[in-house]
Amino acid sequence: MTEQEHEALRGLLGAWALRACLPDEAAEVERHLLGCAECAEEGERLRRAAGRLSLDDPLDQPDGLRQQVLDFCLNRRAAQHPLAGWAAPFAAETAKLDALLRDLGPAEWQELAELPWRGGSLRMRPAEVLCHLAALDGLVGTALGLPDPGGSAWPRVPAQASGPAPWGGLLDRGERLAAEHAAHSPQEVRQFWRAQSQALLRGAVPEAGDLPVDYGFTALPVRDAFIDRAFETWMHGEDVARAVAYPYAQPAPGHLRQMVDLAARQLPGALVGRRQAAYAGPGPAPGSAPAPPAWQPEGAPGPGRTVRLVIEGPAAGQWLIPLDGRSTAPEQPPVEPVAELVMDGVEFCQLAAAHRDPEHLPVGEYGDRAAIREVLAAVPLLSRP
Amino acid sequence: MTAPDWDQQMRSRLARGEESALGELYDQLSPLVHGLAGRILGDEQAAAQLTREVFGHLWEHPEEFDPGERSLRSWVGELTHRRAVERLRRADLRSEEIDQRAAAAQAQYVVAALPPALRETLETTWYDGRTYQETARQLGISEQAARQRLRLGLQLLANELEFGS
Repeated sequence: MTEQEHEALRGLLGAWALRACLPDEAAEVERHLLGCAECAEEGERLRRAAGRLSLDDPLDQPDGLRQQVLDFCLNRRAAQHPLAGWAAPFAAETAKLDALLRDLGPAEWQELAELPWRGGSLRMRPAEVLCHLAALDGLVGTALGLPDPGGSAWPRVPAQASGPAPWGGLLDRGERLAAEHAAHSPQEVRQFWRAQSQALLRGAVPEAGDLPVDYGFTALPVRDAFIDRAFETWMHGEDVARAVAYPYAQPAPGHLRQMVDLAARQLPGALVGRRQAAYAGPGPAPGSAPAPPAWQPEGAPGPGRTVRLVIEGPAAGQWLIPLDGRSTAPEQPPVEPVAELVMDGVEFCQLAAAHRDPEHLPVGEYGDRAAIREVLAAVPLLSRP
Repeated sequence: MTAPDWDQQMRSRLARGEESALGELYDQLSPLVHGLAGRILGDEQAAAQLTREVFGHLWEHPEEFDPGERSLRSWVGELTHRRAVERLRRADLRSEEIDQRAAAAQAQYVVAALPPALRETLETTWYDGRTYQETARQLGISEQAARQRLRLGLQLLANELEFGS
């Protein structure tokens, strides 16, 4: 045995003590230990230390512990720089997804997740899902003055995207980002995504709420964009969890309500877009939330009709959805809704993400059935790839 | 950002009362705090309670942590360990039982306090049952570096367990 061989085998003792060598290497180390007292002593000591490492899984964190702990802390000492209320769902959903990713093993990072939307389904590995999320989170970051994750070389999203896929520019962003990170390990991609979401939260001060975020085919104020990003993070987190067969908790009631509220506010635009598309015959589908037109299509039912959306469950609340664009001027007296639609908040969100079939959802319907069908058909139009 | 920089910044952001810092702190350290608490206390409700207490303490008194002296992870790990043991004492548990539980959690706490590169390599190898070659690939380091870190990490663990508290 040369000094060099002795050094090489000694270098393996840590891995050997952890049973993390290849079988040939372990056999070689063990042969060496028989004849080398120095290494035998160290090997035994490291094995003893390794034996103290526990293998039993720590307790799983109960759902909602994060919120409980934060509330407890903030009750004891109020924050001088509070997080804006509209950023809380994004903080919670990114933390939840990160906790899921922490538990993924190498094989699970290779699973393909299905990301359904109303136009089909994307198939991506978890790291690609993170790039997809990070690319759009980056648009919010740009509004807050953060650098674009793709650097300045990236083309801005076209402000007036047209054609059959107004989301094309957004999908491209995700794909470019995934290509740039293709050589990185999943953990590196996770850290990149996480660092950006944390930077976004540092910028989520109440005064930033009204800044515009340019999605290309539409613009949202930062306060809504944060809720939109929380919603996407939840849905795609669930897509990843489904692919690796892990449980995934629902959003906190208050956060769910904010997401339902955003979708309910975007619904009138989707209804108008759907009707426009129907008048124009088969052709391009409407964008996620186009501005309602000033005109009323000929032959359309008179203005002012609304459907009352009643959400049950933890995010309970009521929303009046105008069916014909925002034609009810605020000064007009409220009109009795033509119908009432009752559904669960989580299912409403899943429908808005086109993760559920409107035909197979348990809903309560009262009044004008045609109006209810119209609303149910419009909700999935809010989904994007 | 290096770990000491992160610790330093976290301390001043907590002192400034930034709510976003509290969230980041929780996300970074709650697996350690809740895991240790659960292991020593062996009770889900008590573990959640202690987790609240530890983060509440740090949020109220961020100045107690001295980044020049040690890492935030190791400070928080020790705080959790100490408070969990105090809780068992108050619960009038037999002292042998307390010692046994505290010792069982000690290795985990020592590992949590190792320098980040050593801890990451050790945890990736041990808890996920990988070979050192797989760990090297997973972490994007050389096999030589993985072997060295595992050996050094275990040596430090052995030192602490033999001579530590």
